Amino acid sequence: MTPFFTPEYKHLEDIALKVRSHIIKMATNGGCFIGASLSAVDILVYLYADYLDLHHGNLNDPDRDYLFLSKGHDVPALYGTFVEMGLLEHHRLGNHLSVDDHIYWHPNTNIEGVEFHSGSLGHLPSIAIGVAIDIKIRGGKNRVFCVLGDGELNEGTCWEAALVANAYKLDNLIFVVDRNQFQANMATEDLIPLEPLKEKFESFGASVKRIDGHDFAQIDEAFCAIPFEEGKFQVIIADTVRGKGLPSIERRADRWFCNFTPDEVEQLLQELYGEPQAFLTSNTLVVR
Amino acid sequence: MTYEQLLTIAALAEDKYIVMTAENRALVRNIPQALGNRFIDTGITEQTMIGAAAGLALRGRVPVVHALTSFLTMRAFEFIRTDIGIPALPVKLSGFIPGFLSDGNGPTHQALEDISLMRGIPNMEVYAPADEDDLIKMLPYIWSTPRPAYVRINTRTTPYVHADYEPGKAEIISTGSDVTILAYGLMFEQSLQAATYLAQEGKSVGLINLRSLKPFDEQALLQATANSKLIVTVEDHFLTGGLYSIVAETLLKHKTTADVLPFALNEKWFKPALLPALMKHEGFTGKQIAEKILGYQLQDEHQEIKLAAFAE
Repeated sequence: MTPFFTPEYKHLEDIALKVRSHIIKMATNGGCFIGASLSAVDILVYLYADYLDLHHGNLNDPDRDYLFLSKGHDVPALYGTFVEMGLLEHHRLGNHLSVDDHIYWHPNTNIEGVEFHSGSLGHLPSIAIGVAIDIKIRGGKNRVFCVLGDGELNEGTCWEAALVANAYKLDNLIFVVDRNQFQANMATEDLIPLEPLKEKFESFGASVKRIDGHDFAQIDEAFCAIPFEEGKFQVIIADTVRGKGLPSIERRADRWFCNFTPDEVEQLLQELYGEPQAFLTSNTLVVR
Repeated sequence: MTYEQLLTIAALAEDKYIVMTAENRALVRNIPQALGNRFIDTGITEQTMIGAAAGLALRGRVPVVHALTSFLTMRAFEFIRTDIGIPALPVKLSGFIPGFLSDGNGPTHQALEDISLMRGIPNMEVYAPADEDDLIKMLPYIWSTPRPAYVRINTRTTPYVHADYEPGKAEIISTGSDVTILAYGLMFEQSLQAATYLAQEGKSVGLINLRSLKPFDEQALLQATANSKLIVTVEDHFLTGGLYSIVAETLLKHKTTADVLPFALNEKWFKPALLPALMKHEGFTGKQIAEKILGYQLQDEHQEIKLAAFAE
Protein backbone atom coordinates (compact mmCIF):
# COMPACT_ATOMS: atom_id res chain seq x y z
CA MET A 1 0.00 0.00 0.00
CA THR A 2 1.25 3.42 -0.91
CA PRO A 3 -0.76 5.93 1.02
CA PHE A 4 -0.83 9.47 -0.22
CA PHE A 5 -0.62 11.44 2.99
CA THR A 6 -0.68 14.88 1.51
CA PRO A 7 -1.95 17.37 4.06
CA GLU A 8 -4.64 18.65 1.71
CA TYR A 9 -6.31 15.26 1.57
CA LYS A 10 -5.53 14.04 5.09
CA HIS A 11 -9.21 14.17 6.08
CA LEU A 12 -10.09 11.91 3.15
CA GLU A 13 -7.27 9.49 3.98
CA ASP A 14 -8.58 9.30 7.53
CA ILE A 15 -12.14 8.57 6.41
CA ALA A 16 -10.99 6.02 3.84
CA LEU A 17 -9.03 4.15 6.50
CA LYS A 18 -12.13 3.94 8.70
CA VAL A 19 -14.26 2.80 5.77
CA ARG A 20 -11.74 0.05 5.01
CA SER A 21 -11.96 -1.11 8.60
CA HIS A 22 -15.77 -1.25 8.31
CA ILE A 23 -15.43 -3.39 5.19
CA ILE A 24 -13.03 -5.82 6.84
CA LYS A 25 -15.42 -6.23 9.76
CA MET A 26 -18.20 -7.13 7.32
CA ALA A 27 -16.09 -9.90 5.74
CA THR A 28 -17.00 -12.45 8.38
CA ASN A 29 -20.09 -14.25 9.62
CA GLY A 30 -21.26 -14.75 6.04
CA GLY A 31 -18.69 -12.58 4.35
CA CYS A 32 -18.79 -10.00 1.61
CA PHE A 33 -17.21 -8.98 -1.68
CA ILE A 34 -14.21 -7.51 0.06
CA GLY A 35 -11.81 -7.07 -2.87
CA ALA A 36 -14.11 -4.99 -5.05
CA SER A 37 -15.21 -3.01 -1.99
CA LEU A 38 -11.68 -2.04 -1.03
CA SER A 39 -10.83 -0.90 -4.56
CA ALA A 40 -13.78 1.52 -4.68
CA VAL A 41 -13.29 3.11 -1.24
CA ASP A 42 -11.26 6.16 -2.18
CA ILE A 43 -13.56 7.13 -5.05
CA LEU A 44 -16.69 6.81 -2.90
CA VAL A 45 -15.15 8.63 0.05
CA TYR A 46 -14.04 11.49 -2.18
CA LEU A 47 -17.46 11.75 -3.83
CA TYR A 48 -19.52 11.69 -0.65
CA ALA A 49 -17.16 13.58 1.65
CA ASP A 50 -15.83 16.29 -0.62
CA TYR A 51 -17.54 16.48 -3.93
CA LEU A 52 -21.19 15.63 -4.43
CA ASP A 53 -23.97 18.03 -3.62
CA LEU A 54 -25.55 15.24 -1.63
CA HIS A 55 -25.90 15.06 2.11
CA HIS A 56 -28.32 14.19 4.86
CA GLY A 57 -30.34 17.34 4.33
CA ASN A 58 -31.02 17.04 0.57
CA LEU A 59 -31.50 13.33 -0.14
CA ASN A 60 -34.92 13.99 -1.67
CA ASP A 61 -34.14 17.32 -3.28
CA PRO A 62 -34.60 16.99 -7.07
CA ASP A 63 -31.68 19.37 -7.54
CA ARG A 64 -29.20 17.15 -5.69
CA ASP A 65 -26.39 15.28 -7.40
CA TYR A 66 -27.19 11.62 -8.01
CA LEU A 67 -24.84 8.72 -7.44
CA PHE A 68 -25.83 5.33 -8.80
CA LEU A 69 -23.69 2.44 -7.64
CA SER A 70 -24.03 -0.01 -10.50
CA LYS A 71 -21.34 -2.42 -9.26
CA GLY A 72 -23.55 -3.17 -6.29
CA HIS A 73 -21.40 -5.91 -4.80
CA ASP A 74 -19.09 -3.24 -3.36
CA VAL A 75 -21.89 -2.14 -1.07
CA PRO A 76 -19.74 -2.48 2.10
CA ALA A 77 -17.70 0.45 0.76
CA LEU A 78 -20.90 2.45 0.25
CA TYR A 79 -22.36 1.68 3.67
CA GLY A 80 -18.99 2.23 5.36
CA THR A 81 -18.87 5.62 3.70
CA PHE A 82 -22.48 6.32 4.74
CA VAL A 83 -21.51 5.62 8.34
CA GLU A 84 -18.65 8.12 8.17
CA MET A 85 -20.93 10.67 6.52
CA GLY A 86 -23.57 10.30 9.22
CA LEU A 87 -26.09 8.80 6.80
CA LEU A 88 -26.16 5.40 8.50
CA GLU A 89 -25.87 4.50 12.16
CA HIS A 90 -22.63 2.65 12.82
CA HIS A 91 -24.23 -0.17 14.79
CA ARG A 92 -26.34 -1.15 11.78
CA LEU A 93 -23.28 -2.54 10.00
CA GLY A 94 -23.45 -5.22 12.69
CA ASN A 95 -26.81 -6.20 11.22
CA HIS A 96 -25.07 -7.46 8.09
CA LEU A 97 -27.10 -10.42 6.71
CA SER A 98 -29.64 -10.18 9.52
CA VAL A 99 -33.36 -10.41 8.73
CA ASP A 100 -33.87 -7.51 11.11
CA ASP A 101 -32.25 -4.95 8.79
CA HIS A 102 -31.64 -4.42 5.09
CA ILE A 103 -27.85 -4.75 5.07
CA TYR A 104 -27.04 -7.50 2.60
CA TRP A 105 -24.71 -8.20 -0.30
CA HIS A 106 -26.22 -5.63 -2.63
CA PRO A 107 -27.55 -2.11 -2.10
CA ASN A 108 -31.24 -1.39 -1.75
CA THR A 109 -33.36 1.67 -1.22
CA ASN A 110 -34.45 0.63 2.25
CA ILE A 111 -31.12 2.17 3.22
CA GLU A 112 -31.42 5.93 3.17
CA GLY A 113 -29.06 7.44 0.63
CA VAL A 114 -29.15 4.55 -1.83
CA GLU A 115 -30.59 5.99 -5.04
CA PHE A 116 -31.46 2.66 -6.64
CA HIS A 117 -30.95 -1.01 -5.95
CA SER A 118 -28.27 -2.86 -7.88
CA GLY A 119 -26.72 -6.27 -8.07
CA SER A 120 -27.61 -7.21 -11.61
CA LEU A 121 -24.77 -5.72 -13.60
CA GLY A 122 -25.22 -3.28 -16.45
CA HIS A 123 -28.50 -1.80 -15.23
CA LEU A 124 -27.73 1.52 -13.62
CA PRO A 125 -26.12 3.23 -16.63
CA SER A 126 -29.57 3.28 -18.21
CA ILE A 127 -31.28 4.38 -14.99
CA ALA A 128 -28.74 7.20 -14.80
CA ILE A 129 -29.55 8.14 -18.39
CA GLY A 130 -33.23 8.49 -17.56
CA VAL A 131 -32.43 10.77 -14.63
CA ALA A 132 -29.90 12.78 -16.66
CA ILE A 133 -32.38 13.28 -19.51
CA ASP A 134 -35.05 14.46 -17.08
CA ILE A 135 -32.64 16.93 -15.51
CA LYS A 136 -31.89 18.24 -19.00
CA ILE A 137 -35.59 18.55 -19.84
CA ARG A 138 -36.19 20.54 -16.67
CA GLY A 139 -33.11 22.70 -17.15
CA GLY A 140 -31.43 21.48 -13.97
CA LYS A 141 -27.75 21.89 -13.17
CA ASN A 142 -27.22 18.77 -11.07
CA ARG A 143 -25.02 15.91 -12.23
CA VAL A 144 -25.56 12.17 -12.40
CA PHE A 145 -22.72 9.80 -11.50
CA CYS A 146 -22.75 6.10 -12.16
CA VAL A 147 -20.02 3.92 -10.64
CA LEU A 148 -19.28 0.84 -12.73
CA GLY A 149 -17.04 -2.14 -12.26
CA ASP A 150 -14.59 -3.04 -14.99
CA GLY A 151 -15.87 -6.61 -15.19
CA GLU A 152 -19.34 -5.12 -15.44
CA LEU A 153 -18.32 -3.67 -18.79
CA ASN A 154 -18.74 -7.17 -20.24
CA GLU A 155 -22.46 -6.43 -20.14
CA GLY A 156 -23.68 -5.13 -23.49
CA THR A 157 -26.11 -2.74 -21.85
CA CYS A 158 -23.18 -0.61 -20.63
CA TRP A 159 -22.26 0.02 -24.24
CA GLU A 160 -25.88 0.42 -25.30
CA ALA A 161 -26.10 3.11 -22.62
CA ALA A 162 -22.95 4.76 -23.96
CA LEU A 163 -24.55 4.95 -27.41
CA VAL A 164 -27.66 6.60 -25.97
CA ALA A 165 -25.69 8.94 -23.67
CA ASN A 166 -23.78 10.13 -26.73
CA ALA A 167 -26.95 10.50 -28.81
CA TYR A 168 -28.58 12.69 -26.14
CA LYS A 169 -25.35 14.66 -25.47
CA LEU A 170 -25.61 14.00 -21.74
CA ASP A 171 -22.79 16.15 -20.43
CA ASN A 172 -24.43 15.97 -17.01
CA LEU A 173 -23.71 12.22 -16.90
CA ILE A 174 -20.45 10.75 -15.63
CA PHE A 175 -19.55 7.07 -15.67
CA VAL A 176 -16.85 6.25 -13.11
CA VAL A 177 -15.13 2.94 -13.81
CA ASP A 178 -13.47 1.20 -10.86
CA ARG A 179 -10.72 -0.34 -13.00
CA ASN A 180 -9.38 -2.85 -10.49
CA GLN A 181 -8.28 -5.25 -13.25
CA PHE A 182 -10.34 -8.18 -12.02
CA GLN A 183 -13.72 -9.63 -12.69
CA ALA A 184 -15.13 -12.26 -10.41
CA ASN A 185 -12.64 -15.06 -10.77
CA MET A 186 -10.02 -13.80 -13.19
CA ALA A 187 -8.02 -10.83 -14.40
CA THR A 188 -10.11 -8.98 -16.97
CA GLU A 189 -7.33 -9.05 -19.50
CA ASP A 190 -7.06 -12.83 -19.21
CA LEU A 191 -10.78 -13.38 -19.81
CA ILE A 192 -12.51 -10.58 -21.71
CA PRO A 193 -9.85 -7.93 -22.41
CA LEU A 194 -11.05 -4.34 -22.03
CA GLU A 195 -8.03 -2.38 -23.13
CA PRO A 196 -7.59 0.06 -24.66
CA LEU A 197 -10.47 1.18 -22.46
CA LYS A 198 -10.04 4.93 -22.74
CA GLU A 199 -10.06 4.73 -26.52
CA LYS A 200 -13.10 2.45 -26.46
CA PHE A 201 -15.14 5.00 -24.54
CA GLU A 202 -13.79 7.85 -26.66
CA SER A 203 -14.88 6.05 -29.79
CA PHE A 204 -18.40 5.97 -28.29
CA GLY A 205 -18.32 9.75 -28.01
CA ALA A 206 -17.25 10.16 -24.38
CA SER A 207 -14.78 12.63 -22.98
CA VAL A 208 -12.50 10.44 -20.87
CA LYS A 209 -9.96 10.95 -18.10
CA ARG A 210 -7.87 8.15 -16.67
CA ILE A 211 -6.50 8.54 -13.17
CA ASP A 212 -5.04 6.68 -10.20
CA GLY A 213 -8.18 5.85 -8.25
CA HIS A 214 -6.30 5.81 -4.94
CA ASP A 215 -4.62 9.22 -5.33
CA PHE A 216 -6.94 11.87 -3.93
CA ALA A 217 -5.05 14.63 -5.71
CA GLN A 218 -5.65 12.98 -9.08
CA ILE A 219 -9.24 12.12 -8.19
CA ASP A 220 -9.88 15.72 -7.12
CA GLU A 221 -8.32 17.16 -10.25
CA ALA A 222 -10.40 14.93 -12.53
CA PHE A 223 -13.75 15.54 -10.85
CA CYS A 224 -13.14 19.28 -10.58
CA ALA A 225 -12.63 19.34 -14.36
CA ILE A 226 -16.28 18.30 -14.94
CA PRO A 227 -17.74 19.14 -17.39
CA PHE A 228 -14.81 18.03 -19.51
CA GLU A 229 -16.36 19.03 -22.81
CA GLU A 230 -19.74 20.55 -23.55
CA GLY A 231 -22.17 18.12 -25.14
CA LYS A 232 -20.23 14.96 -24.27
CA PHE A 233 -20.91 12.38 -21.61
CA GLN A 234 -17.92 11.76 -19.40
CA VAL A 235 -16.01 8.73 -18.25
CA ILE A 236 -13.48 8.67 -15.44
CA ILE A 237 -11.44 5.49 -15.50
CA ALA A 238 -10.03 5.09 -12.00
CA ASP A 239 -7.14 2.63 -12.00
CA THR A 240 -7.40 0.82 -8.71
CA VAL A 241 -6.16 -2.27 -6.90
CA ARG A 242 -8.58 -5.00 -5.93
CA GLY A 243 -8.22 -5.49 -2.20
CA LYS A 244 -6.45 -2.12 -1.78
CA GLY A 245 -5.09 -1.63 1.71
CA LEU A 246 -4.57 -5.28 2.58
CA PRO A 247 -1.39 -6.60 0.92
CA SER A 248 -2.35 -10.17 1.79
CA ILE A 249 -5.36 -10.04 -0.52
CA GLU A 250 -4.37 -7.35 -3.04
CA ARG A 251 -4.52 -8.40 -6.70
CA ARG A 252 -5.39 -11.97 -5.87
CA ALA A 253 -7.99 -13.67 -8.02
CA ASP A 254 -8.95 -16.00 -5.18
CA ARG A 255 -9.73 -13.17 -2.73
CA TRP A 256 -12.95 -11.94 -4.25
CA PHE A 257 -15.75 -12.94 -1.95
CA CYS A 258 -14.25 -13.60 1.46
CA ASN A 259 -15.68 -14.99 4.66
CA PHE A 260 -12.93 -14.74 7.27
CA THR A 261 -12.77 -16.10 10.79
CA PRO A 262 -13.03 -13.54 13.60
CA ASP A 263 -9.32 -14.07 14.28
CA GLU A 264 -8.42 -13.37 10.68
CA VAL A 265 -10.51 -10.21 10.77
CA GLU A 266 -8.47 -9.01 13.76
CA GLN A 267 -5.23 -9.75 11.92
CA LEU A 268 -6.47 -7.98 8.79
CA LEU A 269 -7.42 -4.90 10.80
CA GLN A 270 -3.88 -4.81 12.19
CA GLU A 271 -2.52 -5.29 8.68
CA LEU A 272 -4.62 -2.34 7.51
CA TYR A 273 -2.91 -0.17 10.13
CA GLY A 274 0.57 -1.25 9.01
CA GLU A 275 1.23 -4.38 11.10
CA PRO A 276 2.58 -7.59 9.51
CA GLN A 277 0.47 -9.45 7.02
CA ALA A 278 -2.35 -11.57 8.30
CA PHE A 279 -2.04 -15.32 8.32
CA LEU A 280 -5.06 -16.45 6.34
CA THR A 281 -6.18 -20.05 6.26
CA SER A 282 -9.84 -19.62 5.34
CA ASN A 283 -10.82 -21.09 2.04
CA THR A 284 -12.22 -17.73 1.13
CA LEU A 285 -13.12 -17.89 -2.52
CA VAL A 286 -16.82 -18.49 -2.73
CA VAL A 287 -18.15 -18.37 -6.24
CA ARG A 288 -21.43 -16.50 -6.30
CA MET B 1 -60.14 8.38 -31.32
CA THR B 2 -56.91 6.50 -32.04
CA TYR B 3 -54.23 5.33 -29.64
CA GLU B 4 -51.94 8.09 -30.81
CA GLN B 5 -54.58 10.78 -30.39
CA LEU B 6 -55.39 9.61 -26.88
CA LEU B 7 -51.72 9.51 -25.90
CA THR B 8 -51.14 12.97 -27.36
CA ILE B 9 -54.06 14.43 -25.45
CA ALA B 10 -53.00 12.78 -22.19
CA ALA B 11 -49.37 13.86 -22.54
CA LEU B 12 -50.24 17.43 -23.49
CA ALA B 13 -52.61 17.67 -20.54
CA GLU B 14 -50.07 16.46 -17.96
CA ASP B 15 -46.33 16.90 -18.32
CA LYS B 16 -45.72 13.89 -16.08
CA TYR B 17 -46.09 11.76 -19.20
CA ILE B 18 -42.98 10.93 -21.22
CA VAL B 19 -43.43 8.97 -24.43
CA MET B 20 -40.59 6.60 -25.19
CA THR B 21 -39.84 4.12 -27.92
CA ALA B 22 -37.09 1.72 -28.87
CA GLU B 23 -37.43 2.91 -32.44
CA ASN B 24 -40.87 1.46 -32.90
CA ARG B 25 -42.73 4.53 -34.10
CA ALA B 26 -45.76 2.98 -35.75
CA LEU B 27 -48.06 4.00 -32.89
CA VAL B 28 -46.43 7.34 -32.13
CA ARG B 29 -45.53 8.75 -35.55
CA ASN B 30 -46.72 12.29 -34.80
CA ILE B 31 -45.82 12.45 -31.11
CA PRO B 32 -42.32 13.95 -31.57
CA GLN B 33 -43.77 17.14 -33.05
CA ALA B 34 -46.43 17.30 -30.35
CA LEU B 35 -44.25 16.65 -27.31
CA GLY B 36 -40.78 17.86 -28.23
CA ASN B 37 -38.24 16.72 -25.66
CA ARG B 38 -40.83 14.66 -23.78
CA PHE B 39 -40.61 12.20 -26.65
CA ILE B 40 -37.50 10.00 -26.28
CA ASP B 41 -36.40 7.45 -28.87
CA THR B 42 -33.48 5.42 -27.51
CA GLY B 43 -32.98 3.52 -30.74
CA ILE B 44 -33.08 -0.25 -30.91
CA THR B 45 -32.24 -0.63 -27.21
CA GLU B 46 -35.19 -2.16 -25.38
CA GLN B 47 -33.17 -2.73 -22.20
CA THR B 48 -31.74 0.77 -22.06
CA MET B 49 -35.15 2.24 -22.80
CA ILE B 50 -36.64 0.39 -19.83
CA GLY B 51 -33.79 1.41 -17.53
CA ALA B 52 -34.10 5.02 -18.65
CA ALA B 53 -37.86 4.83 -18.11
CA ALA B 54 -37.19 3.73 -14.53
CA GLY B 55 -34.82 6.69 -14.11
CA LEU B 56 -37.46 9.07 -15.44
CA ALA B 57 -40.03 7.54 -13.09
CA LEU B 58 -37.64 8.21 -10.17
CA ARG B 59 -37.91 11.86 -11.17
CA GLY B 60 -41.70 11.80 -10.98
CA ARG B 61 -42.47 11.03 -14.61
CA VAL B 62 -44.85 8.41 -15.97
CA PRO B 63 -43.14 7.01 -19.06
CA VAL B 64 -45.32 5.29 -21.65
CA VAL B 65 -42.89 3.06 -23.52
CA HIS B 66 -43.28 1.38 -26.89
CA ALA B 67 -41.61 -1.57 -28.54
CA LEU B 68 -42.56 -4.73 -30.35
CA THR B 69 -43.98 -6.99 -27.67
CA SER B 70 -41.57 -9.84 -28.24
CA PHE B 71 -38.52 -7.62 -27.69
CA LEU B 72 -40.14 -5.50 -24.97
CA THR B 73 -41.22 -8.43 -22.81
CA MET B 74 -38.37 -10.83 -23.55
CA ARG B 75 -35.24 -8.90 -24.59
CA ALA B 76 -35.87 -6.43 -21.76
CA PHE B 77 -37.51 -8.86 -19.34
CA GLU B 78 -34.91 -8.63 -16.61
CA PHE B 79 -34.86 -4.84 -16.81
CA ILE B 80 -38.65 -4.75 -16.50
CA ARG B 81 -38.60 -7.18 -13.59
CA THR B 82 -35.63 -5.62 -11.81
CA ASP B 83 -35.87 -1.90 -12.55
CA ILE B 84 -39.65 -1.46 -12.76
CA GLY B 85 -41.07 -4.45 -10.89
CA ILE B 86 -38.93 -4.37 -7.73
CA PRO B 87 -39.43 -0.64 -7.01
CA ALA B 88 -43.00 -0.76 -8.47
CA LEU B 89 -42.40 2.31 -10.62
CA PRO B 90 -45.25 3.74 -12.70
CA VAL B 91 -43.93 2.79 -16.12
CA LYS B 92 -46.58 1.91 -18.70
CA LEU B 93 -45.53 -0.72 -21.22
CA SER B 94 -47.20 -0.68 -24.62
CA GLY B 95 -46.44 -3.92 -26.42
CA PHE B 96 -46.99 -3.77 -30.14
CA ILE B 97 -48.01 -6.64 -32.46
CA PRO B 98 -48.55 -9.27 -29.75
CA GLY B 99 -49.76 -12.78 -30.51
CA PHE B 100 -51.14 -13.39 -34.00
CA LEU B 101 -50.73 -9.69 -34.85
CA SER B 102 -47.09 -10.28 -35.75
CA ASP B 103 -48.58 -12.26 -38.65
CA GLY B 104 -45.90 -12.71 -41.33
CA ASN B 105 -42.84 -11.92 -39.21
CA GLY B 106 -42.05 -15.44 -38.08
CA PRO B 107 -41.31 -16.91 -34.66
CA THR B 108 -38.68 -14.30 -33.69
CA HIS B 109 -41.50 -11.75 -33.48
CA GLN B 110 -44.22 -14.01 -32.06
CA ALA B 111 -44.99 -12.85 -28.52
CA LEU B 112 -46.94 -15.81 -27.19
CA GLU B 113 -45.64 -15.75 -23.63
CA ASP B 114 -46.04 -12.05 -22.83
CA ILE B 115 -49.03 -12.55 -20.52
CA SER B 116 -47.20 -15.34 -18.73
CA LEU B 117 -44.01 -13.31 -18.29
CA MET B 118 -45.59 -10.03 -17.28
CA ARG B 119 -48.08 -11.47 -14.81
CA GLY B 120 -45.21 -13.29 -13.12
CA ILE B 121 -43.70 -9.98 -12.02
CA PRO B 122 -44.92 -8.81 -8.61
CA ASN B 123 -46.61 -5.38 -8.82
CA MET B 124 -47.11 -5.59 -12.60
CA GLU B 125 -50.66 -5.30 -13.97
CA VAL B 126 -51.56 -6.93 -17.28
CA TYR B 127 -54.19 -5.67 -19.70
CA ALA B 128 -55.39 -6.97 -23.06
CA PRO B 129 -58.03 -4.79 -24.76
CA ALA B 130 -60.31 -6.45 -27.29
CA ASP B 131 -60.02 -3.76 -29.96
CA GLU B 132 -59.40 -0.06 -30.44
CA ASP B 133 -62.66 0.96 -28.78
CA ASP B 134 -61.84 -1.19 -25.76
CA LEU B 135 -58.26 0.10 -25.74
CA ILE B 136 -59.35 3.72 -25.71
CA LYS B 137 -61.82 3.02 -22.91
CA MET B 138 -59.22 1.25 -20.77
CA LEU B 139 -56.06 3.32 -21.26
CA PRO B 140 -57.03 6.50 -19.36
CA TYR B 141 -57.41 4.41 -16.21
CA ILE B 142 -54.28 2.33 -16.85
CA TRP B 143 -52.13 5.41 -17.42
CA SER B 144 -53.58 7.24 -14.43
CA THR B 145 -52.49 4.77 -11.75
CA PRO B 146 -49.18 4.95 -9.84
CA ARG B 147 -48.46 1.29 -10.68
CA PRO B 148 -46.51 -0.47 -13.43
CA ALA B 149 -48.65 -1.90 -16.19
CA TYR B 150 -48.25 -3.91 -19.37
CA VAL B 151 -50.76 -3.44 -22.17
CA ARG B 152 -51.08 -5.95 -25.00
CA ILE B 153 -51.77 -3.26 -27.56
CA ASN B 154 -54.55 -3.96 -30.03
CA THR B 155 -55.60 -1.10 -32.28
CA ARG B 156 -57.86 -3.12 -34.61
CA THR B 157 -61.36 -1.85 -35.07
CA THR B 158 -64.43 -4.06 -34.65
CA PRO B 159 -68.11 -3.14 -34.87
CA TYR B 160 -68.58 -3.94 -31.20
CA VAL B 161 -69.15 -1.02 -28.85
CA HIS B 162 -67.80 -1.84 -25.40
CA ALA B 163 -69.08 -0.84 -22.00
CA ASP B 164 -67.08 1.70 -20.03
CA TYR B 165 -64.09 0.21 -18.29
CA GLU B 166 -64.51 -0.74 -14.67
CA PRO B 167 -61.13 -1.42 -13.03
CA GLY B 168 -60.59 -5.06 -12.17
CA LYS B 169 -63.78 -6.15 -13.89
CA ALA B 170 -64.26 -8.25 -16.97
CA GLU B 171 -66.87 -7.20 -19.53
CA ILE B 172 -69.73 -9.68 -19.46
CA ILE B 173 -71.06 -9.65 -23.01
CA SER B 174 -73.65 -12.39 -22.42
CA THR B 175 -74.40 -15.25 -20.06
CA GLY B 176 -75.39 -18.77 -21.05
CA SER B 177 -76.00 -22.20 -19.54
CA ASP B 178 -74.37 -24.41 -22.20
CA VAL B 179 -71.03 -22.73 -22.73
CA THR B 180 -69.17 -19.60 -21.68
CA ILE B 181 -66.29 -18.35 -23.81
CA LEU B 182 -63.53 -16.40 -22.07
CA ALA B 183 -61.35 -14.34 -24.40
CA TYR B 184 -59.01 -11.38 -24.42
CA GLY B 185 -57.38 -9.14 -27.00
CA LEU B 186 -57.47 -10.02 -30.66
CA MET B 187 -59.40 -13.23 -30.03
CA PHE B 188 -62.42 -11.36 -28.68
CA GLU B 189 -63.75 -10.66 -32.18
CA GLN B 190 -63.51 -14.32 -33.26
CA SER B 191 -65.04 -15.41 -29.97
CA LEU B 192 -67.95 -13.05 -30.55
CA GLN B 193 -68.47 -14.67 -33.95
CA ALA B 194 -68.20 -18.12 -32.40
CA ALA B 195 -70.84 -17.18 -29.85
CA THR B 196 -73.14 -16.03 -32.66
CA TYR B 197 -72.74 -19.35 -34.50
CA LEU B 198 -73.36 -21.31 -31.32
CA ALA B 199 -76.53 -19.31 -30.60
CA GLN B 200 -77.72 -19.99 -34.15
CA GLU B 201 -77.24 -23.69 -33.40
CA GLY B 202 -79.50 -23.35 -30.37
CA LYS B 203 -76.87 -23.14 -27.66
CA SER B 204 -77.15 -20.91 -24.63
CA VAL B 205 -73.85 -19.01 -24.83
CA GLY B 206 -72.00 -16.73 -22.48
CA LEU B 207 -69.13 -14.50 -23.61
CA ILE B 208 -66.68 -12.65 -21.42
CA ASN B 209 -64.14 -10.06 -22.59
CA LEU B 210 -61.59 -10.31 -19.82
CA ARG B 211 -59.85 -6.97 -20.44
CA SER B 212 -57.51 -7.37 -17.46
CA LEU B 213 -55.54 -10.58 -16.88
CA LYS B 214 -54.00 -9.20 -13.72
CA PRO B 215 -55.87 -8.31 -11.65
CA PHE B 216 -58.17 -11.11 -12.79
CA ASP B 217 -61.94 -10.95 -12.32
CA GLU B 218 -62.31 -14.17 -10.35
CA GLN B 219 -66.02 -13.67 -9.73
CA ALA B 220 -66.73 -13.52 -13.45
CA LEU B 221 -65.05 -16.91 -13.88
CA LEU B 222 -66.73 -18.47 -10.86
CA GLN B 223 -70.15 -17.31 -12.01
CA ALA B 224 -69.48 -18.70 -15.48
CA THR B 225 -68.43 -22.08 -14.11
CA ALA B 226 -71.52 -22.15 -11.90
CA ASN B 227 -73.85 -21.26 -14.76
CA SER B 228 -72.32 -23.06 -17.76
CA LYS B 229 -71.62 -26.70 -18.53
CA LEU B 230 -68.48 -25.84 -20.49
CA ILE B 231 -65.84 -23.13 -20.20
CA VAL B 232 -63.86 -22.25 -23.34
CA THR B 233 -60.68 -20.18 -23.17
CA VAL B 234 -59.51 -18.49 -26.37
CA GLU B 235 -56.12 -16.80 -26.59
CA ASP B 236 -53.35 -16.18 -29.11
CA HIS B 237 -50.81 -17.17 -26.47
CA PHE B 238 -49.05 -20.33 -25.42
CA LEU B 239 -51.22 -22.75 -23.50
CA THR B 240 -48.82 -22.46 -20.58
CA GLY B 241 -48.94 -19.36 -18.43
CA GLY B 242 -51.79 -17.45 -20.02
CA LEU B 243 -55.55 -17.50 -19.59
CA TYR B 244 -55.86 -21.29 -19.42
CA SER B 245 -53.33 -21.31 -16.58
CA ILE B 246 -55.07 -18.41 -14.85
CA VAL B 247 -58.39 -20.27 -15.03
CA ALA B 248 -56.78 -23.42 -13.62
CA GLU B 249 -55.11 -21.48 -10.80
CA THR B 250 -58.29 -19.61 -9.96
CA LEU B 251 -60.51 -22.70 -9.89
CA LEU B 252 -58.00 -24.54 -7.71
CA LYS B 253 -57.78 -21.58 -5.37
CA HIS B 254 -61.56 -21.73 -4.92
CA LYS B 255 -61.56 -25.54 -4.59
CA THR B 256 -63.74 -26.02 -7.63
CA THR B 257 -63.33 -27.37 -11.13
CA ALA B 258 -64.93 -27.21 -14.56
CA ASP B 259 -64.89 -28.72 -18.01
CA VAL B 260 -62.53 -26.42 -19.85
CA LEU B 261 -61.76 -26.43 -23.57
CA PRO B 262 -58.69 -24.29 -24.31
CA PHE B 263 -57.86 -22.63 -27.62
CA ALA B 264 -54.17 -21.72 -27.37
CA LEU B 265 -50.84 -22.61 -28.94
CA ASN B 266 -49.75 -25.84 -27.34
CA GLU B 267 -45.96 -26.27 -27.41
CA LYS B 268 -45.67 -24.63 -30.81
CA TRP B 269 -45.29 -21.33 -32.63
CA PHE B 270 -47.82 -20.48 -35.30
CA LYS B 271 -47.37 -20.63 -39.05
CA PRO B 272 -46.18 -17.20 -40.23
CA ALA B 273 -48.54 -15.79 -42.86
CA LEU B 274 -50.94 -12.93 -43.35
CA LEU B 275 -53.31 -12.72 -40.42
CA PRO B 276 -56.49 -14.13 -42.03
CA ALA B 277 -54.62 -17.10 -43.51
CA LEU B 278 -52.70 -17.97 -40.37
CA MET B 279 -55.78 -17.77 -38.18
CA LYS B 280 -57.58 -20.24 -40.43
CA HIS B 281 -54.49 -22.44 -40.57
CA GLU B 282 -54.26 -22.55 -36.78
CA GLY B 283 -58.02 -23.07 -36.32
CA PHE B 284 -58.76 -19.82 -34.51
CA THR B 285 -61.54 -18.31 -36.64
CA GLY B 286 -64.96 -17.81 -35.07
CA LYS B 287 -66.41 -20.53 -37.24
CA GLN B 288 -63.64 -23.00 -36.37
CA ILE B 289 -63.97 -22.26 -32.67
CA ALA B 290 -67.74 -22.84 -32.86
CA GLU B 291 -67.28 -26.07 -34.82
CA LYS B 292 -64.83 -27.49 -32.30
CA ILE B 293 -67.22 -26.67 -29.45
CA LEU B 294 -70.18 -28.17 -31.32
CA GLY B 295 -68.31 -31.20 -32.56
CA TYR B 296 -69.59 -30.83 -36.13
CA GLN B 297 -69.03 -28.68 -39.21
CA LEU B 298 -71.10 -25.60 -40.04
CA GLN B 299 -72.27 -24.85 -43.56
CA ASP B 300 -71.60 -21.11 -43.24
CA GLU B 301 -68.65 -19.43 -44.95
CA HIS B 302 -65.83 -18.02 -42.86
CA GLN B 303 -66.44 -14.40 -42.01
CA GLU B 304 -63.87 -12.07 -43.46
CA ILE B 305 -60.86 -11.29 -41.28
CA LYS B 306 -59.25 -7.93 -41.92
CA LEU B 307 -55.57 -7.82 -42.75
CA ALA B 308 -53.29 -6.54 -40.01
CA ALA B 309 -52.81 -2.81 -40.40
CA PHE B 310 -49.03 -2.78 -39.88
CA ALA B 311 -46.25 -4.96 -41.09
CA GLU B 312 -43.13 -4.20 -39.09
